[in-house]
Amino acid sequence: MRSLEYRDALREGLSQEIERDENVVIIGEEVAQYNGAYKVTKGMWEKYGDKRLMDAPISEAGFIGMGIGASMMGVRPVMELMFYSFAYVAWDQLINNAATVRYMSGGKINCPIVVRGPANGGTGVGATHSHTPENAIANMPGTKVVCPATAYDAKGLIKASIRDNDPVYFMENTMLYGETWEVPEDDYVVPIGVADVKREGSDISIITHGRCVVMALKAAEVLEAEHDVSAEVIDLRSIRPLDEETIIESVMKTNRALLVEENRPFCGVDAQISHLIQEKAFDYLDAPVKRLSAIDAPAIYSPPLEKYQIPNVDRIIKAALTIG
Amino acid sequence: MVKKTADLEYGSSRVNQSLSPEQKIGLLRDMIRIRRFEERSLKAYSRGNIAGFLHLYNGQEAVAIGAISVCGENDHLITAYRDHGHALGVGMSMNECMAELYGKATGCSKGKGGSMHFFAPDKNYWGGHGIVGGQTPLGAGIAFGLKYRGITGSCLCFLGDGAVNQGAFHESLNLASLWDLPVIYVIENNGYSMGTSQSRSSRYTECLAKRAEGYDMAWDQCFGHDIYEVRDHIQKAIDRAHGESRPTLIEIDTYRYEGHSVADANKKIYRAPEEIEAYKKTKDPINVFYSKLIEEEIINEKQFKEISQSASEEANKAAEFAERSPYPEPSSILEDVYWETDNPEQRSSKGRIFFNDEF
Repeated sequence: MRSLEYRDALREGLSQEIERDENVVIIGEEVAQYNGAYKVTKGMWEKYGDKRLMDAPISEAGFIGMGIGASMMGVRPVMELMFYSFAYVAWDQLINNAATVRYMSGGKINCPIVVRGPANGGTGVGATHSHTPENAIANMPGTKVVCPATAYDAKGLIKASIRDNDPVYFMENTMLYGETWEVPEDDYVVPIGVADVKREGSDISIITHGRCVVMALKAAEVLEAEHDVSAEVIDLRSIRPLDEETIIESVMKTNRALLVEENRPFCGVDAQISHLIQEKAFDYLDAPVKRLSAIDAPAIYSPPLEKYQIPNVDRIIKAALTIG
Repeated sequence: MVKKTADLEYGSSRVNQSLSPEQKIGLLRDMIRIRRFEERSLKAYSRGNIAGFLHLYNGQEAVAIGAISVCGENDHLITAYRDHGHALGVGMSMNECMAELYGKATGCSKGKGGSMHFFAPDKNYWGGHGIVGGQTPLGAGIAFGLKYRGITGSCLCFLGDGAVNQGAFHESLNLASLWDLPVIYVIENNGYSMGTSQSRSSRYTECLAKRAEGYDMAWDQCFGHDIYEVRDHIQKAIDRAHGESRPTLIEIDTYRYEGHSVADANKKIYRAPEEIEAYKKTKDPINVFYSKLIEEEIINEKQFKEISQSASEEANKAAEFAERSPYPEPSSILEDVYWETDNPEQRSSKGRIFFNDEF
């Protein structure tokens, strides 16, 4: 099968949806004539024209809110945030409007909007551009939060997200855009809310999402080769809804859990996962659940320290080996 | 105040000349129904039947009714939290509105929205929004949706004078003009952003609407106590939206008799009672229009009293309906959160979506 970069797979998914549904429109800063800040939408404006790809002014509250209004009218806007860190500029729109208008209207309105963009640190751009707000957004009922870790999942999940009738917050990763995976050309969809066992194992479950999945897979290879530890790697793929069954099944099998995320520890996604495991698999645990999160400070700029601050392969291996 | 032309005889303008006597009486009735509804809801609030905020529209009725009365099939509305007048104006029933204030299951939002969050998308009414200025990008989006789908229409997006300094509003003006969106921003200028007068909250030349010039957008200004005048000016903006797909920023001078909300503790401190009385005496929109209809020999005192009485009865019945309606069941807390969980047979996502250990 052919290999595609994560960004190309996303583009293929977006293009298939543009062609499938005339109500799909892509709006964001530099998405059209500039070909996308990270080239996710490269060539699409030329192919699909002004109506389907629109360059927005730097005005996140305005254009995201506009997209929400348009989605209430049946348009299916796919809004790009150049960085998910800019979600905070549009927070009122994302949280007070998109996430609650269905509720406040007693179910009369729905917002089939996708807000996508990279949500990650590790690129030397400092604290304001390195946020990973999946925990903060998933905390708000009414939202769906999706974090694809591979090109295959990126394509299948963006298509599912666009077809979804609820607001979907779709978080990518700039450090994955250039990585390649096998991706079929066909029109497949990866349903939201289904975790993926990316590697089977028997001694420990590494439960993670986003780019940490890639690091966990590398760590699992080393654990197997050098430490005789068989690690299972669970990719959550979506945070809300959450595939609890796959998590619990894995922990019941391995009896140990290491939770890895780029989120900060306090109220991070893995705080919820940890609670879930103790609630539903308490008797199966041979050791306390361990968490590896970003070190609990704003994202540091200094490149070597930044690499240390967010989880990396070495730290995952070390954390796994500390579990008794 | 260059653009105000209060002396014009708006009654003879094109959009008003075409009104039949019955339609004129209908406009008066629509305004009176809002007034009586608001008075009755204030009574309910005082009795402790209504929680939270209650932002009353008394004094501003000609703005909502004037604007709505010139709307066509594809003209949409969205507003902020002072939303009862617009709701009744588009045809929502007093029962569903009053029941919503009471937090009852029979309310327009099933008791989930409250006073600030009335919606009726089937009547082109998109709420009802609590955050000052937060609805202004949505208004642009509704207009965008119409244009994208090739529908000739418009979105009237109402906001208060206190919203004009919000960033989201300025971003919306830029987008609306940049992308030729058929949106009409209507500043209902009642002079106060909560307890802060306009002169203490906004810096401007001549009027707030003139800020549109910075966005190369048409603007307009008129008085809001004369429904004929409101209709005339809104019609021009709608014509611009339909004909040219261009936005308008229109400022309508109006006045609210009550505080910012009923919970406004300082409502008698930040403005003089004489100011309120003066407006009531000379510019009350219902009295102004009633006087015009008397002059036009369309209505008499007896008819006026009947309309008023009937509106009071309707409001009282709505309160009775609300009182005897049930509160929503606890299980309804988890309804209307997601489209998918409300339509389980069509759900395509999997996994757990609500996270309480027990409910």
